[in-house]
Amino acid sequence: MNRPVASDPRLGTGVFGQEMAGATADRARRFRETALPHLDAVYTLARYLLGNASDAEDAVQECCLRAFRHFDTFRGGAIKPWLLAILRNVCRAEYARRAGTVVGLGESGELPDDAAPLWNEAREAPDAAILRQLDAETMRALIADLPAAFREVIVLREINDLSYREIAQVIDAPVGTVMSRLARARALLREGWLAAEKGSAP
Amino acid sequence: MRCEEAEILLHALIDDELDAGHAHAIETHVATCQRCAAQLRDYRDMQGALARTNLSFDAPAGLRRRIDARLPAPSRPDRRSLLKGFAAGAGLSSAIAAGLLIAVIRTDRDSRIMSEVVSAHLRSLQADHLTDVLSSDQHTVKPWFNGRLDVAPPVIDLTAQGFTLIGGRLDYIDGKPVAALVYRRRAHVINLFAAEGGSGPRGATMETIQGFNVRRWGETGFSLWAISDLNAEELEDFSRKFEAAQRGGA
Repeated sequence: MNRPVASDPRLGTGVFGQEMAGATADRARRFRETALPHLDAVYTLARYLLGNASDAEDAVQECCLRAFRHFDTFRGGAIKPWLLAILRNVCRAEYARRAGTVVGLGESGELPDDAAPLWNEAREAPDAAILRQLDAETMRALIADLPAAFREVIVLREINDLSYREIAQVIDAPVGTVMSRLARARALLREGWLAAEKGSAP
Repeated sequence: MRCEEAEILLHALIDDELDAGHAHAIETHVATCQRCAAQLRDYRDMQGALARTNLSFDAPAGLRRRIDARLPAPSRPDRRSLLKGFAAGAGLSSAIAAGLLIAVIRTDRDSRIMSEVVSAHLRSLQADHLTDVLSSDQHTVKPWFNGRLDVAPPVIDLTAQGFTLIGGRLDYIDGKPVAALVYRRRAHVINLFAAEGGSGPRGATMETIQGFNVRRWGETGFSLWAISDLNAEELEDFSRKFEAAQRGGA
């Protein structure tokens, strides 16, 4: 992930005639106005998906340059999911590079425990647990511990505040998949949450 | 409704993604099922705790600079295109959750509300419709809403921070009366809409709609939208100052 992004001649202005340069500058202005305000959201997803600041910065930079190159293909609607989908693809490439093989962020076939019941009745009486507020560091760690396919839907929904339709657009899956994955993600997060409460109990 | 369905759909309920019929069906089920009621309560608590905590990461300034440097330099300002593409996202199929059922996702309420915010802003810019109470004094503007709204909205003077309060007015978003506070920054008008209710503290979002920047966020008891033709950075700055002053009890 540390290799520099190959410079793209289309990003420069030198090769353009004046009219073309004007169009490029206009495109850059629109990109700055519409896309860059979402940089924190893009960076947040990158941090959760990649786990460290350095890889996240590289991914966000690559995402922005890629988004700008393809800005002409953006056809309106909300730009945030469009950007996050590009970021997610960049992160998948980084996962693949780390693993030396393609790691599916979204292949349901490899999701753990997808068929297990969402709520472990045997272990928890209905009114046994009331969730308490945890500190931010613990919450971030609990989210980071989720498998990637569940982590991303939690981050997109609870932190980046996307609707189900927007999440579906980002992870390129039907809304029904978003819903079931979010249910599973919250069940896992809740288990971790309860365990963290026990761990920190006086 | 069976528990297997409720276990999935209660998430859509707490995410405000269900239509009224399905929301009612869940609530009916939960009223008679202790186990699902406990789940609903726990997941609501968890969502509330997540929303109250800042779990996002700010993009480092150096990263912003590097990206900015890689983009072509800005040229002379161009006429803003007022109508941006409104093509909806890819035609997504309706939901089949885990093969259990077809859930009816509510029509996209957020985007409808956003377009109402834009319409209200545009209306306010027409002659003589910007303010009903014209005052730069928050102690004049705030009481003006008494009797016009059920709950007094937050009214904060940010003149010292570079955003001049010029007054307030009653407006309507989503069929409900809302407080509209009007601020000015140089030649730019900012409308801040405060609607009672909403889902409590929520992470902020910034969008560009029809050439206007709209920042939406939630505070306890209020949903807020700040809209202006001001650039996104300054609108963000405005919103953060407003939030800070509100939290500080100013």
